Amino acid sequence: MMRFALAGNPNSGKTTLFNGLTGSTAHVGNWPGVTVDKRDGLYKKCAEPISIIDLPGIYSLSPYTPEEVIARNYILDEKPDCVINIIDATNLERNLYLTTQIMEIDVPVVIALNMMDAVVKQGDAIDEKALEKKLGVPVVAISALKGEGLAELMERAYSTSKTPRLGKTVLEHGALAHLITDVKIALDGPGVENPLFHAVKLAEEDELEVNAHKDTVKMVEEFKKTFKDDTFGDDFEALIADARYKYISDNFSSVITKKNKEKFASTKSDKADKVLTHKIWGIPIFLVVLFAIFHLTFSEDFLYLGKIFGLPSLDDLGIDTEAFGGQLLACFYDGAVFSPGVIINNLWNNIIVEYAFGWLVNIIAESGMSVWAVGLLNDGIIEGLKAVLSFLPPILVLFLFFSILEDSGYMARIAFILDRMFRKFGLSGRAFLPMIMGFGCSVPAMINTRTLADDKERAATIRVIPFFSCGAKLPILTAVAGAIVAFFGVGNADLITYGMYLLGIVSAILAVLFMRNTSLKGETPPFIMELPAYHAPQFKNLMIHLWDKTKHFVKKAFTIIVASTIVIWVLSHFSFSWGFLEDEEINQSILAQISMLVQPIFTPLGFGSQLGEFGWVFVVAAISGLIAKENVIATFATLAACLAAVASLDISTLDITAEEGIDAVQAMIMATGIGIPGLIAFIAFNMTTIPCFAAVGTAKAELMNNKSYRGTLLFWIISSFIVAAAVYTIGSWWWTLFIWAAAVILTAWCVISYNKKAKEKLDNQKLG
Amino acid sequence: MQKKLDEFAIGETGVVKAVGGEGKIKRRLFDMGITPGAEILLRKKAPLGDPIEITIRGYELTLRKTEAQFVNMEVKK
Repeated sequence: MMRFALAGNPNSGKTTLFNGLTGSTAHVGNWPGVTVDKRDGLYKKCAEPISIIDLPGIYSLSPYTPEEVIARNYILDEKPDCVINIIDATNLERNLYLTTQIMEIDVPVVIALNMMDAVVKQGDAIDEKALEKKLGVPVVAISALKGEGLAELMERAYSTSKTPRLGKTVLEHGALAHLITDVKIALDGPGVENPLFHAVKLAEEDELEVNAHKDTVKMVEEFKKTFKDDTFGDDFEALIADARYKYISDNFSSVITKKNKEKFASTKSDKADKVLTHKIWGIPIFLVVLFAIFHLTFSEDFLYLGKIFGLPSLDDLGIDTEAFGGQLLACFYDGAVFSPGVIINNLWNNIIVEYAFGWLVNIIAESGMSVWAVGLLNDGIIEGLKAVLSFLPPILVLFLFFSILEDSGYMARIAFILDRMFRKFGLSGRAFLPMIMGFGCSVPAMINTRTLADDKERAATIRVIPFFSCGAKLPILTAVAGAIVAFFGVGNADLITYGMYLLGIVSAILAVLFMRNTSLKGETPPFIMELPAYHAPQFKNLMIHLWDKTKHFVKKAFTIIVASTIVIWVLSHFSFSWGFLEDEEINQSILAQISMLVQPIFTPLGFGSQLGEFGWVFVVAAISGLIAKENVIATFATLAACLAAVASLDISTLDITAEEGIDAVQAMIMATGIGIPGLIAFIAFNMTTIPCFAAVGTAKAELMNNKSYRGTLLFWIISSFIVAAAVYTIGSWWWTLFIWAAAVILTAWCVISYNKKAKEKLDNQKLG
Repeated sequence: MQKKLDEFAIGETGVVKAVGGEGKIKRRLFDMGITPGAEILLRKKAPLGDPIEITIRGYELTLRKTEAQFVNMEVKK
């Protein structure tokens, strides 16, 4: 099948063109070894079907970023039948810079001149025919957004692809013309493909090329000795980049007729920008936008209508929430109007998924299969499937908002506003959004780290995202904090909850600082970034974005979530002699036995050996929390019932099945005699340890390799032990605060002096 | 008058004289169009004073001051 590759600058409308050409046939994956999106799809309206490959958006074919290397290797090695170079007509100069490089490769090229409608709207004009003549390859004006000119573009690409084209360079009359010609001939002799492209890159002393053609590079070195340019000395890379831009401004400024002759004219986009990145208002506006997104996604009291008007709950109104009508109503309203995100979530989980699986669960329950088989199918496999599905609404809704921010151009401005603050931690401004999304749900937050350019920065960000306590961890916080206040009669539940959120943020900052200076060391990547003009996001593009992300999550996270849910279910419902256990017999389960065995290692955390006979309950709860953090409290309720039976624990005054779980936690306190520091350490442990399986699966999908993934699991285990141990010891003996502080300072000192030494050594090596 | 791009005030314009810096950063500056002869307007600074936003070759580009210090400029009156 014929293959056409799409190449162009970021924000040139490449994705829109790709979607317009391929419709729903697009297939998304990753380029091997990196986390850059790889998309391909079919164009069917030509004489034969054509496979369209969407190359990453790039500004140049330099060897410095993975995107650029991918694009150039694809064109060089995979030899597509044609390269469609999409150009943003409103920004001709910079877009043609990439074109001059692509044209050096021996491949048929067609130019898609996009956004011509915007040029006309500004009152400017571009002479396509003159452009085509100057470039020597076909130029077709299109509007990717409106789908105009696509058929003509493909027809011309199709006919162009039939005749091979030899590379051409704009450097043929420059100072390096002789060198490039000589190197090209030297490469052509032994039959190197694309000799011109390689010759130019060798003249630039491009790392990748120098390694591939060690002999030929000597010609460049010889030439360099005799050459001196007034401005650039012997820096050929600079000389060539400059020559390209010079050629473009000399040859193509005549192609454009501008209505507004002023060089730095102000546009509508500039006016919007003035407000959104304002010196004083920029940050407050951003915080309001952020709050609005969270409110629309997660708030159970939309616009605070419930609070303001004191709206009655469904119970008060005497509506039966067990009946279908009541259930449906409860998706939208219960004492307060729910926000759109919550409504979608409720409809999906409480109605669609519940009913879709409900009949299946009933059939299985009444099928006459043995009890354990019913349990495995219903509580193991189906619960696992439901866990995967239950994450779809928050992913979709949060991503809708964040895609709007991205497409409108505001995301780039957020990075601009916050970069200064984040650089202190060794991250760029773009890392802020994924982290803050973690307060909602770690899964979409981790997927969103794709906007980060640097792989190490991404890994560090993915690791600390769970520290930003997500919505599902809140029940643990409120239940344990509530129980502390109810049982010991001290403190304030809200204050404890708030403090734990703060603890998570502080841990995240310390962990990032530590990682960026040790295992994930790397220079802060340069922040030389285009700020695209603001424009209204396109509905179709948003939907395609959402579809891609959802598909990716389901595909990658599905197996790990379902498999782990089954494993935990089996461990908690079977004894070592493989006898099936009811829920209330959990104390005999493999899970409980293992928990009893490992209980001592939790002693420094306050819920280990010091708790005696039943201390293992906290370990069991933490492990079942891996399925979903909501399970921690549910497990306490199960355990309370179990302990009441086997240990004659008196829980008659408690309502262990109450939804808030406060009484279930109180039962645990009565059974184990755990103190306040241990309980708080338990919360801290759950907050910073391995997150739920959905987040684990997402982390695995998003990290570039298995080593990094295993490192991430280890990181979560170690950090949760450290944080919880610190909380427990400081809570029990306040003076240990000084020991911990000293340990932090000592670690910082060690890291700093080690890095200093390593740097000195490197400098010496360079000099030597 | 000559000065570095990171020393520019908001609204100031100038012409690029020379670009320094190490391989990766310099190449990136060049690729984005910051080459000798290009005209630059310093459009604004981020709320915390860094990074900066410039207009070059008809589009908006942001860069940090640590990167802008490699760009030598001739200030336009």
